[in-house]
Amino acid sequence: MDLLRFITAGSVDDGKSTLIGRLLYDSKSILADQLEALEKQSRNKEDGEIDLALLTDGLRAEREQGITIDVAYKYFSTPKRKFIIADAPGHIQYTRNMVTGASNANLIIILVDARHGVVEQTRRHSIIASLLNIPHVVVAINKMDLVDYSEDIYNNIAIDYAEIAKTLGLRDVVYLPISALKGDNIVEKSDKLPWYDGPTLLKLLENTEVEKDVNLTHGRLPVQYVIRPQTDELHDYRGYAGKILSGIYRKGDTVTILPAGFTSRIKSIETGGREVEEAFAPLSAVIQLEDDIDISRGDLIVTGEHQPRVDQELDVLLCWMDTKPLIRGNKYLLQLGSRVIRAVVKEIEYQLDVNTLEKNTEPGQVGLNDIVKATIRTASPLPFDSYKELRASGGAVLIDETSYVTVGACMIQ
Amino acid sequence: MSTSIKYQLDYLDQLESEAIHILREVAGQFERPALLFSGGKDSITLVYLALKAFRPGKFPFPLVHIDTGHNFPEALDFRDQLAARIGERLIVRKVEDTIKTRHLTEPTGKFASRNALQTYTLLDTIEEFGFDACIGGARRDEEKARAKERIFSVRDEFGGWDPKRQRPELWNIYNGKIKKGENVRAFPISNWTELDIWNYIRREKIDLPSIYFSHEREVIGYEGQWVAVSPFIRLDPSDQVETKKVRYRTVGDMTCTAAVESIATGIDDIIREITATRTSERGETRIDDKVSEAAMEDRKKNGYF
Repeated sequence: MDLLRFITAGSVDDGKSTLIGRLLYDSKSILADQLEALEKQSRNKEDGEIDLALLTDGLRAEREQGITIDVAYKYFSTPKRKFIIADAPGHIQYTRNMVTGASNANLIIILVDARHGVVEQTRRHSIIASLLNIPHVVVAINKMDLVDYSEDIYNNIAIDYAEIAKTLGLRDVVYLPISALKGDNIVEKSDKLPWYDGPTLLKLLENTEVEKDVNLTHGRLPVQYVIRPQTDELHDYRGYAGKILSGIYRKGDTVTILPAGFTSRIKSIETGGREVEEAFAPLSAVIQLEDDIDISRGDLIVTGEHQPRVDQELDVLLCWMDTKPLIRGNKYLLQLGSRVIRAVVKEIEYQLDVNTLEKNTEPGQVGLNDIVKATIRTASPLPFDSYKELRASGGAVLIDETSYVTVGACMIQ
Repeated sequence: MSTSIKYQLDYLDQLESEAIHILREVAGQFERPALLFSGGKDSITLVYLALKAFRPGKFPFPLVHIDTGHNFPEALDFRDQLAARIGERLIVRKVEDTIKTRHLTEPTGKFASRNALQTYTLLDTIEEFGFDACIGGARRDEEKARAKERIFSVRDEFGGWDPKRQRPELWNIYNGKIKKGENVRAFPISNWTELDIWNYIRREKIDLPSIYFSHEREVIGYEGQWVAVSPFIRLDPSDQVETKKVRYRTVGDMTCTAAVESIATGIDDIIREITATRTSERGETRIDDKVSEAAMEDRKKNGYF
């Protein structure tokens, strides 16, 4: 049994919450008391049907206003997989929440209302999926019940979407017709869609291959913590503890410590308190080295032929997440892996229109939810990878130096 | 064997690795962290994860228990034994003492719960030791408000949670920078469900207090739930004391935790029962969550875990 993290993109109007509610409900992940609470709340609604959307709205303001403000995480499992859903709001004013939810997703479900087809929001969600490099895309054409389960309508939308996928370079795109409200093709195959012979949404989620999304060639382990027992029998023990972001680490391997550039060899590897011959992503491990060199939190232990770049200047796509605007020349803290370093936003090359992909080279004020291409200079050399190649070591956040709030997400180019 | 199968991790391994990563982030980012430990299954799991994260070294934090005085004696014994066995420091602070020194008003009623008063003792303890981060065993599947809380949850100097001002949390990056007076609650098992915990306990052969397994206990029926007879609840003439075979799904205070009828004596039986059950963990066993739709959200805003 493995794990799949996915995000649902869409707004209340697209039936996003209904879709999640339906997945949980039909896969029997909603329990009696939760259903009872739901029925109680739905009673206030006019049609009296159970409102599955209410399941996902966690905060009082969200329930009162019938909107999703923040990312909520939901869980369900089948005998094949455990699923973690990031339920993020879809409107443009919540782009930052969607970026947050997308950052760890293996897969995105893009909801398209069959009555409206591909709209601005579809385009925006797809652009975000491509910026965040989500490996798998499922285009769920919803509300098929409201278009008489028409194959033509479905096909036309799929053709329209294929254009977007091509422009954005989305690699793995799958289409399916559903009705979240009626439960068609969510967990059970629908007899109203005889022309569709593909899998249901749940089958798709269960069978999407995610193992290959883990990079096993570029060894990256940011040191989080140094274990030094300093007891009599473990006097010389110095274990570098961290999570392997990518690659495989083997006893005897030559490693490079960045940014300093020292090399050494792996003396021992432990995971889960046991010594092992090798450890691979995404395991948390402890590594001891042959040589006694100065390594501390924030350093990166690297293996393999593909070395990260070490530089003080990085080009990034930056999603701004704060209500205060981004000011060129302002200093921030940049956190990448376990390293925190002072940084300044030097140049803003252009602002990206998340609805059209157009580049505005003379952007005005950069505010909440804006995405810009920027150049950042760091106070000292920083090892990093390109986000497109390695998500885990190519994504960084900017932190306001005075409020300590996380204000930006950087995808390093 | 193909490489993709050889280098594939089971979901429990992935959850474990994520939790260890979070524990080490706390250790790496904070000067004075603490692990809140109650003797319940979630915090016991946290302790086992911490052993994996920091051995052969010592924990970079003490275990801290906020003792309401209404705990199950079995859980307290277990707490002391576990701390002694692994040789880690245990700090216990009592709600009873806070009530006296701060002249707090004891709640009254049939199931007078000190649950809300715990927050005062917790905040005093944070101040006493200067803790800048408290690691807790909360899970997002427990409750709707928890589902929205970050893994590093910044709290103001009153311990308050402001759901509208949460920091975005991306990739595996946890921003633990705080101003003086603020502190962070860190939740390494946020992404685990109740069933994940039980499966992990089974896999890792983790010991639990005996009350998690079927035993005979004097209980009274109350609104469809079984509540243990203890000195901390008020028995009314209409109450019928019965002896039932029960176990606990969660271990909180004796006043606000209900038992479930069960003959499950081993972990396999428990997992079977949980898989078959149609009621959520909190819904079945927490008397304190039913009060209002937003009960947990409100308590968190006031500094609760």
